[in-house]
Amino acid sequence: MDALDHALEAPQGASLPLSMSRSIPETQLRRQHLYDLVFRNVTRIFAFLVLALLIGILISLLIGSWPALKAFGPGFLVSHEWNPVTEKFGALVPIFGTLVTSFIALLIGIPVSFGIAVFLTELSPLWLRRPIGTAIELLAAIPSIIYGMWGLFVFAPVFGDHVQPWMIEHLGPVWLIGPLFKGAPQGIGMLTAGIILAIMVVPFIASVMRDVFEVVPAMLKESAYAVGATTWEVVWNVVLPYTKIGVVGGILLGLGRALGETMAVTFVIGNANRMGTSLFAPGTSIASALANEFTEAVGGLYTSALIELGLILFLITFVVLALSKILLYRLAKREGTRT
Amino acid sequence: MKISHRIFTPALLALGICAATSAVAADITGAGATFPYPIYAKWAEAYKAKTGTGMNYQSIGSGGGIKQITAKTVDFGASDMPLKAEELEKGGLIQFPTVMGGVVPVVNIEGIKAGDMKLTGKVLADIYLGKITKWNDPAIVALNKDLKLPATDITAVNRSDGSGTTFIFTDYLSKVSPEWKSKVGSSTSVMWPAPSGAGGKGNEGVASFVQRLKNSIGYVEYAYAKQNKLAYALLQNREGHFVKPYDKAFQAAAAGADWKHAPGFYEILTDEPGKDSWPITGATFILFHKSQAHPDKAKEVLKFFDWAYANGDQLALGLDYIPMPDAVVELIHGEWKDKVKDVNGKPIW
Repeated sequence: MDALDHALEAPQGASLPLSMSRSIPETQLRRQHLYDLVFRNVTRIFAFLVLALLIGILISLLIGSWPALKAFGPGFLVSHEWNPVTEKFGALVPIFGTLVTSFIALLIGIPVSFGIAVFLTELSPLWLRRPIGTAIELLAAIPSIIYGMWGLFVFAPVFGDHVQPWMIEHLGPVWLIGPLFKGAPQGIGMLTAGIILAIMVVPFIASVMRDVFEVVPAMLKESAYAVGATTWEVVWNVVLPYTKIGVVGGILLGLGRALGETMAVTFVIGNANRMGTSLFAPGTSIASALANEFTEAVGGLYTSALIELGLILFLITFVVLALSKILLYRLAKREGTRT
Repeated sequence: MKISHRIFTPALLALGICAATSAVAADITGAGATFPYPIYAKWAEAYKAKTGTGMNYQSIGSGGGIKQITAKTVDFGASDMPLKAEELEKGGLIQFPTVMGGVVPVVNIEGIKAGDMKLTGKVLADIYLGKITKWNDPAIVALNKDLKLPATDITAVNRSDGSGTTFIFTDYLSKVSPEWKSKVGSSTSVMWPAPSGAGGKGNEGVASFVQRLKNSIGYVEYAYAKQNKLAYALLQNREGHFVKPYDKAFQAAAAGADWKHAPGFYEILTDEPGKDSWPITGATFILFHKSQAHPDKAKEVLKFFDWAYANGDQLALGLDYIPMPDAVVELIHGEWKDKVKDVNGKPIW
């Protein structure tokens, strides 16, 4: 006890004379005030820098895409023609490709990530948590081009030789979803791009979900278990409602990566400016079209049309973010009325 | 030890910076096409060893090269697609070819090896137009009576990125097929009409798609087809001969070209006369300002290319590029003499 007291006192004893017992000279005070002022303003500048960057990017995108905006107007959004020779451009196919591949990625990615996060926080034995958690974080650190190469050289052949024929045979005749699974089993295409994207977004979504699930107070969960709730009920009725903002945030992070992912998609999507019902068909996304064509784009209108594609991607991301904020706001409001 | 470190590190750093800046001052810079990058890098290395003058080339793509030279941020630009005479005039530029390459159609059909299949330009155009959709189409069978061709759909693979290879390929198709010319045209990237096509990024992308997708056809640079032992097809040239793609055939195409009467060296070596000439050949070009504010620097650039024309052929051949024939190099020297001047109008070369 004595030793503990000493240990507690020692640092206090050392710091007391400095900060309290001795009166601080005016100059030092002024200097500290100055430090504080500088510190506060520097941090503020950094924060505003982000805002300025955002606005700057938006403005430069607008300036860059102005010739295309003027030439094609709103028709750019609904035209599926992309012809560099006649300089007629439309963004429908890349927009469609971006949205479809990202949708597939989330369709697969969210349940898998949710499963991983629940297993890691609720069900996994303690010794297994760390290795699996680290593995997921490592997956997130793999550069996207590696996923692209792996997708093209390893995944696509296996998928095209073994999985796609099965899907064509068994899912092709199914009512309504059948047309999605028709065509030649080439291995590459929209579905492959979506699956590769799913693999890429899982680590992001899963690690955010795990982190937010971990902060749910044990007392809440234990109370639920105490009244006889199953693990599923605890996760669905206690953990998820408590963490929904974090979960939506994680999904958005994943969606952001999926929407903007460039190299991996470029490798496997097939890069054809065509729109069809089949998910096996090659397509194109905004990011992959930019990666493919920007370097060799000659001529003002061509470059400008590509920059307008970038502007559209920017706006899509913005709209997705805004929609999710509104969704969260709605959820929060409904909660208020219920209680 | 510690103290000496403290003194010496900045001193060394300062020395290093001095050395770096002096080296940069003498270096010439260029930017543009990706296709000739390997040979430009090789030439630069050898030239630096010989003369001490470095050449820094950034392969940012032809479009970027044209933009950079127009903005005068580099000493020379490079493009796979030659600029038309009026475009050169507008930018105050000259252009000259450095090396050539060939574009080769490659196929992946079971049992068909390199050099087995014969194609004509018309058939190739119809395949890429989507008019010929099966390998056993009568038009293909008529050319290849001794081959067993399957009744399967053709997947036509193209370059998804804008590239000089696509430009040369589509230029050839435009020359041999009026329908291609009116429907598609030629450029570094075009709207591919075939309904069952896919696009690969770069030569390696096209090659891997062709190797992966059964019953597909694609087009790659000759060096790529050779190094990867892809199943190339023979093509019928303008004089009706079926030729194999190899360096002599590309040189024959260059020899058949009429450089003398091509203003600004605007010459695309597709569908050239000559019984040995490979029909899809093309050169890559350097863009250079006619009026030079820094004549010394300009002279360094021209000296570099002069050296490359004189001494770089073996290096080029080693990388499967085709050097320019001597007669053309002479014309290029003439062009330098006539056109490149300092601000007072005095010739630089």
